[in-house]
Order: sequence, then C-alpha cells, then structure tokens
Amino acid sequence: MTDIEKTADGVADLQITQSAHGMPHHHRMIFLALLVVALIAPFTLYPVFLMKVLCFALFACAFNLLLGFGGLLSFGHAAYFGAASYVSAHAAKVWGLTPELAILTGTLAAAVLGVVFGSLAIRRQGIYFAMVTLAFAQMIYFFSLQAPFTGGEDGIQAVPRGRLFGLIDLRSDFTLYFVVLAITFAGILFIYRIIHSPFGQVLKAIRENEPRAVSLGYRTTQYKLAVFVLSATLSGLAGATKALVFQIATLTDVHWSMSGEVVLMTLIGGMGTVFGPIAGAVVIVTAQNYLAGFGAWVTIIQGAIFVTCVLLFRQGIVGVLARLLRKPL
Amino acid sequence: MRKTTTTAAIALLAGLAAGAATAEISVKIGVLNDRSGLYADLTGEGSVIATRMAIEDFGAAERGISVEVVSADHQNRPDVASTVTRQWIDVDGVDVIVDVPTSSAALAVNDIVRERQKIFLVSGAATSDLTGPACSPYTVHWTYDTWSLANGTGRAMVEVGGDTWFFLTADYAFGHALERDTSAVVEETGGQVLGVVRHPFPGQDFSSFLLQAQASGAKVIGLANAGGDTVNSIMQAAEFGIVQAGQSLAGLLVFITDVDALGLDDAQGLVLTEAFYWDLNDDTRAFSQRFAELGNGNMPTMIHAGVYASVLHYLKAVEAVGSADSDAVMAMMKEMETDDPLFGQGVIRTDGRKVHDMYLFRVKSPDESTGRWDYYELLNTIPAEVAFRPIEDGNCPLVQ
Repeated sequence: MTDIEKTADGVADLQITQSAHGMPHHHRMIFLALLVVALIAPFTLYPVFLMKVLCFALFACAFNLLLGFGGLLSFGHAAYFGAASYVSAHAAKVWGLTPELAILTGTLAAAVLGVVFGSLAIRRQGIYFAMVTLAFAQMIYFFSLQAPFTGGEDGIQAVPRGRLFGLIDLRSDFTLYFVVLAITFAGILFIYRIIHSPFGQVLKAIRENEPRAVSLGYRTTQYKLAVFVLSATLSGLAGATKALVFQIATLTDVHWSMSGEVVLMTLIGGMGTVFGPIAGAVVIVTAQNYLAGFGAWVTIIQGAIFVTCVLLFRQGIVGVLARLLRKPL
Repeated sequence: MRKTTTTAAIALLAGLAAGAATAEISVKIGVLNDRSGLYADLTGEGSVIATRMAIEDFGAAERGISVEVVSADHQNRPDVASTVTRQWIDVDGVDVIVDVPTSSAALAVNDIVRERQKIFLVSGAATSDLTGPACSPYTVHWTYDTWSLANGTGRAMVEVGGDTWFFLTADYAFGHALERDTSAVVEETGGQVLGVVRHPFPGQDFSSFLLQAQASGAKVIGLANAGGDTVNSIMQAAEFGIVQAGQSLAGLLVFITDVDALGLDDAQGLVLTEAFYWDLNDDTRAFSQRFAELGNGNMPTMIHAGVYASVLHYLKAVEAVGSADSDAVMAMMKEMETDDPLFGQGVIRTDGRKVHDMYLFRVKSPDESTGRWDYYELLNTIPAEVAFRPIEDGNCPLVQ
C-alpha cells in the first residue's frame, strides 16, 4: 500500500469518528461559505452559467455517493440524468405541469430506472458492474434517439419554465437561479446526511471490505441497491432541473460522454470527499465554458487535464487539500 | 492645468460635433455555425468571411456604424447552439445571430431569439418550418428552404420519368422536413413514394440503408441529407453500382463544396437546386473571386452568399432606422426591397421568407468541365414567384 492510499484511509477513519457528533464545525463553516458565495454570485456572474454549475455539482455529488461512498463505479449515470431531463421536459411542455411537478416527475422516472437497472447491475462487481450500467445507459440512449416523444436529434425544445407553484414566474434567469440553488443545496445536504448516517457507515464498511461486512451480518446487496437508487434519483433531480434551466432536453444528456464527464468531475474534485464533486463540477463546467472557442478540442483539453490530475494528484483537488489540512473535507 | 482643461474642452466639442455628424451606432453580429463537423465546409469560417465582406462593402465604418463580429461552433447540437445564443444575447450584447445551419439547432436559436427580441438571419438551416409553424417576427430565412429544394429537384426528377421514390433521410428536423416536402411534390406530380429509411445524424456507414433503397426497386433514391452525409452516401452508392444498375440518385441538397469533395466522376449528372452559383454573372464572379482569395481558394456556397446578402440588407436597415432596435430594424428590412449583387432584387415576406429566383443545375461530366469549380450547367431558372412556398400554405401564425 502506498503512502497516499494510507493517508486516504486515515482521512476516511477520521471522518467516521467525527461524524458521531453531528456536522463538524469546519463542514458547517464551508457549507455557510458556499451558500454565501452562491447567493452573491449571480450579481456578478451570468446566472445561466451558474445554474449549469449547480446542476452539475448536484449530479457529481449524487454520483460520488455511489462511487466515493458505495465504492460502485457506474459508467451509465447519464441514463438517469438524461431520462429525467426528457421526462421533466415532456411533462412541462406537453402535459403542462408546473415546474416543481415536472421536476418531481423526472426525478421519479430516474428513481424507477434506478430500481430496475440497479437491481440487475449490483449482481456483478468491478468492471462487469461498470459494463452492465454502460449497457443499460446505451439502451436509454437509443430509446431517446428513436422514441417518438423525445424528438430524436432535435430533442425537446422550447420547454416552458412556467410558474413555480403556479405563482412565481421563472422566466427570469435571476429568479430561477435561486430556485435551482435551493434544489441543489437541499440535494447536497441530503447526500451529506446519508453519508453521515448509520446507513452511510455501513456503506463505507462495504466499500472497504464487503466480505467482512457480510460476516458482520449486513445484507450488502440491499445496501448497494439502496445507494444505487438514491444516487440515480438525485442524478435525476439534477437532470430534471437542467431541462428547465436550458429549456431543452437533448441526446447530449443521455450520451455516454455525459457519464464520462461526471466521472471526470468526481475524480478531479476528489472522490469520496463531501465537497470534491462540487469543486470538480466548477472546474469542468468553467473550463468547458471558457474553452468553448476551441470547439471539438475541448474534449482533448479535458482529457489532458484528467491525465495530469491522475498522475499528479490522484485524490483530486479537495482530496489533496484535505490531506494538507489533515481534516476530512 | 488650464491648458489641459482647454484641450479637453476642445476635444470634447470635436467629439460632440463628430457625433452629431454621424450618430455612432454599434452593432454586434454573432455568426453561429458548424466550424469543425460535417457542415464546416459549406458554412464555417466562410460565413464569417462573407459577413466581413458585407460589412466592408456596405462601408459601415464610413457610415458611422461600428460593427463587431463574433463567431462560435455549435457542433450541430441544439443544446450547444441554445447555450451560446443565450450567452451572446444576455452577456455579450449580440444584436443579430447569423447563419446557423442544422435545422434542429436553428429551431432552438429561433425560440431564444424570439423570446429575447433580437434578430435572426438564417442562411444555413433548411427546414421550411422556420417560416411555417415556427415562424417568428424576428427571423428572416434568406437563402433556401426544404420546400424550394423539393420544388426544384423533386419536380424536375418526376418530370423526366422518375415517378417512384425511396428516401434516405437524415434523422432530424432537417431530414424530416425535406422528406415531407419532397414527398408532397412527388405525390402531387403523380409520382409514388415506395419507402423511407432514416439514418443517424451524422452518419458514416450508409451501406445497409443504400441496400434497402436498392431493394425497393424505386427509380429515384432521394437523399434527404446534406454536407458530409450526402457526400458519403453518394460515394458509397457508387461503390454498390446503384446508378449503373439503373436507379438515379436525387441529391436534394447538394452544395458546390460537396461536388468538389465528391469529384465529377462520382457527382456527374446529379440534378440539384441552388439559390446561387459563383459563375452566374459578373457580380457573382467578382464576389466569389474575392471570397476565394480571403478563404482557402474555395468558392462560396449559396449559404455564404446568403450570409453576405442578409448582413448587407440588415446593415442598410440599421442605417435607415438610425439604431439597432430590433423591432424598427425588422420592420425596415421587410419594408425595403432587397438589392444586392448576388441575389439581385427581392423582398422579405411577412412570414420572414426572403424571395428570389432559384436555379436548377446539372453537374457537368469531367469532359465538359474546364477546371476546378467549373461544375454546374444551368438547366432552368425557377422564378421567384413560384420558387418558394406560397405564404398562405405555410401555417405561419403571423400570416392571418
């Protein structure tokens, strides 16, 4: 075992001992600081860009719940993100649901997919698990390409943002930003709660050593399925929200490269950390935004960033910070 | 100190005087198209060059209009196109979006531009829905559309005996619209559509689709796709010997850059409809010569010509109105007759359709051609009155 890995385990242990007393002080401070920054940001930065960051932050956190804490590498999370995006776009546009119901419908669709795909995928481990999830995601991709209601290459366009609870007009980017912020923040706090609950402790135990968890009497398959469904549902929440922000649901959302992107965000930010995926999402979305001028080269630049990241700091940005500060982040 | 104040005052006065003489209007043009994919040759950097040429020929700087041009690659994806458009309008203050090939992307841009009340000058996109059910008071569809292509090539093919058709369609908004409009023309002129196969967009391997088309026994295989897809399907059809076996290919949307990519051996005999050809008259030749010198020696496609003409007309309207206010400029664009060296005189209809002559060309054989870019033989000029869908047939909500 290398030094780096040892430290990583040390960090994980520290986290378990601290979480027994509720949210540690420094986590509370970081959450507060993030909230303050997020509240000020739209006054200086472009709200649509910020909303994209938020949606992807939630998506990456949901993915991190599965990979970082459940130890399951899914390579098909675009399926839940994209399917929810299509369903919520369809619900808002064709069924005329209010935005909160549209998002809820999309999230629910992702949850159902999570149950179906998860219950089959968790029967295999490691690379086979990843391949099974990828296969399911590709099925969703081809379904989205061919199903009549998804509009094929055109996607579902001109999705109305509508009025929240039938009252608040969301057409203004500014108003919508705070709604998206609330959704994302609630989602991330929920994930935080899951991680630090007894359920979360069992998950970490399974991640570290599944046979030992079994020998302690835990039904690991049930735990794995539960975390898979939770992760899929929260990814769906992110996707459904994104559809309303951009008023469009397209094949990009269900494409396998979207599954790759979320892995990238999580790894760059720091897998298995609380704040890592948020940092990863900020870095990747910002890079995509400012590098957009390079067109198709963006993926190559992203690849270079990824390789550098893996070679130089394998624990990701936040993982390295946590090691330096000797505190779990 | 005193001296500085005096100098400043003089400078200020001079500035005011200059301002009064030519009220400074600033306009920002965003050229949004495919700069890396299968439509990069027929739109891409060429459209940016055409925009700059229009600004130069209009003499914007001398007339007190400062014009800035920005460009971006939408990668033919509607989500990227809508993100860029939003950001251009909300953050960068872009007044007018130009070109936008790929119908799915153009429809997405159309919605955003309408919502934000800016101006959209379409040259690259084909779908006739832009002046039909999706028409917008802020959109002008300049160069061509699926209806006019169907009306040109489709009708011509049926008239020479190609009365049974099989479509090879790109599976997105553009392909569907082109297939729909061509089927209507074929059936109206007494032909019959035997079947349709839709290929993913963008496609690489067309062999299974071409074999289905061959097995259908249709006299004409209608290629309802464009750019690299059309080039690939024609090349692969040549490998299967489809044309030698007696079926004909109808390239419903073929650009001169596609013919150049195919080579005359594979492209000869294709009948196609275009709104512009570089070798039509002295004006088009002069424009194309300059265009080729600024670019990589490529001749302009009709899309580039449309970008040039639409930007020129837009700038004229801005000058006439004296501001870049979308509503006023749009009203002026529709009121003023269009007049440019490439399309001659024309009008913009209420539904946003720009109307001009269309041309039916046949691709020359290698013996007939005198060199690179000498590709087309003019078969027929379709007069403006019948070249585009009658305004009342489009179901455009603006026309009542």
